[in-house]
Amino acid sequence: MSTAASHAEPARPHGDSHHAGEPGHDEEHHGPAWLAHHFDTPAQQFDAAKLGMWAFLAQELLFFSGVFVAYGIFRSWYPEAFSGASHQLDRVMGASNTIVLLFSSWTAAMSVRSSQLGKKAQTSGYLIVTIACAFIFLVVKYFEYQHKFHAGLLPGKFFGHPVDGGLFGAIPAGHGHVPHLPAKAHIFFSLYFVMTGIHAIHVIVGIGVMFWILKRNASGEFSKEFFTPVDLVALYWHLVDLIWIYLFPLLYLID
Amino acid sequence: MGAATTTVPRAQAHHPDPNENYLKAERGIMSWIYTLDHKRIGVMYLVSVLLAFLIGGIFALAVRLELFSRGKTIMDADAYNRTFTLHGVVMVFLFIIPSVPAALGNFILPIQLGAKDVAFPRLNLMSYYIYVFGACFALYSMVNGAVDTGWTFYTPYSMRTTSAVIPMVLGAFIMGFSSILTGVNFIATVHKLRAPGQTWTKLPLFIWGLYATSIIQVLATPVLAITLLLLCLERFLGLGIFDPKLGGDPVLFQHFFWFYSHPAVYIMIVPGMAVVNEIIATFSRRAIVGYMFVAMSSLALALLGFLVWGHHLFVSGMSEYATMVFSALTFLVAIPSGVKVFNWVATLYKGSIRLESPMLYALSFIFLFTIGGLTGLFLGVLAIDVHLHDTYFVVAHFHYVMVGGTVMGFVGGLHYWWPKITGKLFNEGVAKVAWALVFIGFNVTFIAQFIMGSRGMPRRYYDYLPEYEIFHKVSTIGSWILGLGFLTMAVMFVASLIKGQKSTRNPWGSAALEWQTPTPPPLANFIKVPTITRGPYDYHLATEEELSEK
Repeated sequence: MSTAASHAEPARPHGDSHHAGEPGHDEEHHGPAWLAHHFDTPAQQFDAAKLGMWAFLAQELLFFSGVFVAYGIFRSWYPEAFSGASHQLDRVMGASNTIVLLFSSWTAAMSVRSSQLGKKAQTSGYLIVTIACAFIFLVVKYFEYQHKFHAGLLPGKFFGHPVDGGLFGAIPAGHGHVPHLPAKAHIFFSLYFVMTGIHAIHVIVGIGVMFWILKRNASGEFSKEFFTPVDLVALYWHLVDLIWIYLFPLLYLID
Repeated sequence: MGAATTTVPRAQAHHPDPNENYLKAERGIMSWIYTLDHKRIGVMYLVSVLLAFLIGGIFALAVRLELFSRGKTIMDADAYNRTFTLHGVVMVFLFIIPSVPAALGNFILPIQLGAKDVAFPRLNLMSYYIYVFGACFALYSMVNGAVDTGWTFYTPYSMRTTSAVIPMVLGAFIMGFSSILTGVNFIATVHKLRAPGQTWTKLPLFIWGLYATSIIQVLATPVLAITLLLLCLERFLGLGIFDPKLGGDPVLFQHFFWFYSHPAVYIMIVPGMAVVNEIIATFSRRAIVGYMFVAMSSLALALLGFLVWGHHLFVSGMSEYATMVFSALTFLVAIPSGVKVFNWVATLYKGSIRLESPMLYALSFIFLFTIGGLTGLFLGVLAIDVHLHDTYFVVAHFHYVMVGGTVMGFVGGLHYWWPKITGKLFNEGVAKVAWALVFIGFNVTFIAQFIMGSRGMPRRYYDYLPEYEIFHKVSTIGSWILGLGFLTMAVMFVASLIKGQKSTRNPWGSAALEWQTPTPPPLANFIKVPTITRGPYDYHLATEEELSEK
């Protein structure tokens, strides 16, 4: 661990902008403005950012894992309630949202591609389409939620839909013609709202970040050499898409 | 170190001289609030966690004082419940978890890597402010009636109690994100910002420990986050996930909680072990024996930490087979722990030992952690656990691990790196007196608890039978000695700041990289990017110049 102050500067492991015998640590930066002072090379900065993002996405998956585990446990405990309750969800709306998100994931990937090629206008175009898809997703979600609210399919103790005996006993007035759900269906809707709600928050955060990236792209911050933020936001968006890919069959499709 | 540079660098063009020491390079309160320098962020964390330690310590003394005699001593039962809960929450979430990684780690990690900063300096500052924001929620809960659930927030009680559970739980939730972001930052830094020549096998063991810790922080903390979020929603919406009345399962909360909180024990202890490695090597003037074993044992602890949460639920209602598997897995933790302890002892053997204050804390760590670890085996054994569950034996055990381990590691590290951080020396004589008080006080406090716990004194109880009174009295007196020790230490450090002698570059004569840069370090950490040609503990390869104080 010699500090080797008196030796010539050897190459850094990540590619190199040093020259032998160059004196100060802070003089190696003849690089572009976007290269942070504590990185030596663009490659090093890009790799660090990407690794950090992957670690963050791993964290996101584990965040959702808690509700997935809860879903698994309660599904095995109350299979009839879950089966009956899942029929109350609108598969057409769920499927359209799946398609919208898959498409938006593709446009997000294309925005990275065009950014790598230095096509600024195209990058903006793809980002705008991705943002539009995110909004479509939320609008569909709004209609789904609204329908559930009207039918009294609310989470936990606010659940107002008639059930067969069980927890809530008496059938609320005005719902006489509605088919009853098996008892404990309220847990399904608790999980439905928690899972899709947290997912929707991720969609909203994604919209915010994409607007920010769009603005930075418009002001010409990105180039063939520097497109890291576009890449990272696309990675995030793929995760949002991925989680929905799990939520959709779990909540809507499995009988 | 090399000569000062002559030209103004591009990236620093609008900044002060990067070769000026980090405390003087920029001035004014704003230069601290907006700083992106990992060293200043580390110092801000340090001040914050020490403040939390003070608050948590005052609660601890109050709890012990209440238990000094039977019946009501200084507070009623309700206030007692809130006080021990606050002690637990403040110590765990505000102090122990961020103490070594976020405070000392932030300062030392990049310097030990020969890097100019962590990979994401802005994220680093953000995680500090997230920590402060979360701490504000906890503080709000404290002044708003506090929580009486115990720091574990067990359901269903935490859903029913009228105390301020939600702000406290949200505070822990927010501080969790601070922990996650620090972990992400450290992982990227260790992977991508090592100095030229610093291979993985030449990393200081402190880095290995923090790296393992970061992995746990990133993978375990989100599970706590979702659990606490579900608890809040359970209170707001009555989800029915944890509430048995609504068809939920309160034990599920325990599973979720310990899936984080058992790994969190390793978030606490692994960094403490990591500090001890540095101190033992420096004050034995010898390479740590079995470097790769010690490094890998940190990763092994991180991994095993995820597999043993079930041992907290032996009496909560779990299948017999599950309890047996968790019991067996729990024993496995002894292997990497033993590897570390044996390697430290082997390092000390034939080492050139100097008993200066950091070393005293490191040796205390080994002694106390060994007791904490061995008593953990008692609790891992199914049959014995049923007897000892929720008694003072458990309280004494985890205090031996967390205080005897983490706090000794943290305080030892604080003494060890104090000259590097502040540029000042402290009074070694007073430091040794403080150490003796802490060591004696701690043992008096908790050995009494081992005994009364094994005789059946339950934890968290406000009152007790006459036969336990003598142990409670001894324990409370021990807590006063312990408190006096920490007070002495605080006075010593403050005196050091005010009128301490200026420290030389390498006051301990260490071969490790952070001592090769000026004290306090310059803004850019090194005047010249270091090139790593030997391991951090290779005293036989270090030059006289490197080991000298100048």
